[in-house]
Amino acid sequence: MTLWKLILLSLCLYESGHAAESMVAPDTIAARARGCSTCHGTQGQGTADLNFPRIAGKPAGYLTHQLLNFRDGRRSYPPMNYLLAYLHDDYLQELAEYFAAQPAQAAQPVQAAQLVHNEKTIDAAAKVGTEGGVLARHGDPTRGIPACVQCHGPRLTGLEPAIPGLIGLNSRYIAAQLVSWRVGTRHANAPDCMALIAARLTDTQIRQVSGWLAAQAFDPSSAAPAGSWKTPIACGSEP
Amino acid sequence: MENTDRLRQRTVRGLPTSAGRLAGVLRFARLGLGVIVMSLGARSAVSNPSVQPLHAVDGPMTRGEYLARAGDCVACHSNPGGIPFAGGFAMPTPFGTLYSPNITPDKATGIGSWSAAQFYEMLHTGRSPDGTLLYPAMPFPAYTKVTRDDSDALFSYLQSLRPVSQINRENELRFPYNNRSLMYGWRALYFTEGTFVPQPKRSREFNRGAYLVQGLGHCASCHSTINALGGSADDSAFAGGLIPLQDWYAPSLTDDVESGLGGWSVDDIAALLKGGVSMRGAVYGPMAEVTHDSLQYLSDDDAKAMAVYLKSLLQLKTIAPQPSDVTAPAAAVIGLGQTVYATHCAECHRTDGKGMPSAYPPLAGNASIQMDVSVNPLRMVLNGGYPPQTAQNARPYGMPPFAQVLSDEEIAAVVTYIRVTWGNHGSVVTPREANAMRLAPLLD
Repeated sequence: MTLWKLILLSLCLYESGHAAESMVAPDTIAARARGCSTCHGTQGQGTADLNFPRIAGKPAGYLTHQLLNFRDGRRSYPPMNYLLAYLHDDYLQELAEYFAAQPAQAAQPVQAAQLVHNEKTIDAAAKVGTEGGVLARHGDPTRGIPACVQCHGPRLTGLEPAIPGLIGLNSRYIAAQLVSWRVGTRHANAPDCMALIAARLTDTQIRQVSGWLAAQAFDPSSAAPAGSWKTPIACGSEP
Repeated sequence: MENTDRLRQRTVRGLPTSAGRLAGVLRFARLGLGVIVMSLGARSAVSNPSVQPLHAVDGPMTRGEYLARAGDCVACHSNPGGIPFAGGFAMPTPFGTLYSPNITPDKATGIGSWSAAQFYEMLHTGRSPDGTLLYPAMPFPAYTKVTRDDSDALFSYLQSLRPVSQINRENELRFPYNNRSLMYGWRALYFTEGTFVPQPKRSREFNRGAYLVQGLGHCASCHSTINALGGSADDSAFAGGLIPLQDWYAPSLTDDVESGLGGWSVDDIAALLKGGVSMRGAVYGPMAEVTHDSLQYLSDDDAKAMAVYLKSLLQLKTIAPQPSDVTAPAAAVIGLGQTVYATHCAECHRTDGKGMPSAYPPLAGNASIQMDVSVNPLRMVLNGGYPPQTAQNARPYGMPPFAQVLSDEEIAAVVTYIRVTWGNHGSVVTPREANAMRLAPLLD
């Protein structure tokens, strides 16, 4: 870039930015939530990097629990633990409610693009065949593993107020969560039902079910209303 | 009671990440003792009116609890998820790991069998009742200035807590630091017992602020330059320094070019200390914890008194801005930095760098991003941050981390850009320096 172009660009940027800029930040929760935007998107719809999950439209109770778990160290991810260290329950709940109220649809284009981009993941999912689907739909009674659908719903879009949807997530993200439960870097309130289930899953089953879930078409439906079905296992995060 | 709940919440939710606690940790390695020297003599500060709170503390907090907050005792004497003041908190230092002791009134494992006089002796001399020389992770070089009166109030408060039976964990210091008798030498070099002596020509407010900053506040624990022995020369008190093992830089409180507080109003300094945000900047890194766990509980008058004193420190040493002889940044670096800034930063900090304070701090004229040591702005860009939630700032605005979206070159370019633009006088930051900060600890 020549110096002239640089100067011109600088002027353009300066002018274009300058005219519209306010001196006062919007007094909104959206403006306060900008601390989440580079990883989760401005409305929580996710970004091109699917290692960071979309949070828009997830049940508010689920998101609140995760924020509390990160802050209190039950769930270990240093960048999140660090950001939330000095925020209190009431405010974390407000942030969670903001993202829960954002439409999950916003995630669709990014997610779809990323799924195409992630052909390897889909190939891997295809290679594991239908076992992941069988596990998600029917569980593995021989190992005492309930089906995903029993709690996360027949369409796997979650259940209010605290069970998240499992569709539209990267297989690596899902597998990492299951492994985190196994190695103790992710905990939920006791009884920690997912810790129990993750401990029973084999490595192969984790690969299969993560791959299968990631390969399902994104479903923008919100989580089902509370009490829509009875869950088969006691979870401390469920009311 | 609300305060007890707050205390509990703090400990339950506290992560081992708590940066300020880590700052406490490094008192061992970071002691500013110069301030103590000027107060030799006169043990008469008991009930000295100059160091009494300017107004009665509102609310249900007792005086002893208030002083415990001012001293931030809970930060080190509690384990994450453990019971407040029961100790056991691991404090990594360059010399090994120390574990804070139980200071609940349990007779067998805590300080239940101590007398008020013994407690004061410990604060004042750095010796336990059994004669053990304390390691300076306990900021006794600062607490030596706490009055007997305040010490007694603190002691009553600690004795009023529920006794917790929790045996102190052995320290794990490496040879030769595990030999406590080394403390005799360290103390000879770096510790002088003293009491706070008010300066009669200064205002009551100034003296109250000086007492809090030098004593319970133990600000010098981080804001001083330390040497390899974990001590500091007299003239380095409040001179600023890199906090070992944490990769945060505690700015000088005496050098106006570095702290920039000279241009701040007393109200802005007080707002920063107590609320965590101000029109000039926000607390972050280890200071966020100090505000969250300690300073937010101070009365407005005490926060203001500290601000008055801190602002006066700048008069101790005035450094004229020096023309920078550092290499000017390459045009390509500035170009990249400006592009990154326009894409990721300008929406909140504005193209003119003025920010939208106090929500989004100004970068133009912000001393904390221009210091010679560039770790703080690098870490802000890499890690982002939310200021602590306080009564004054109940719904903080936050900055996202950029470590995962920007390359080392982009991080270095944008930090260089904000350090040299809008009249800022910072120096160039290299991608290598940016990369090094990717490994900085977020947890301890």
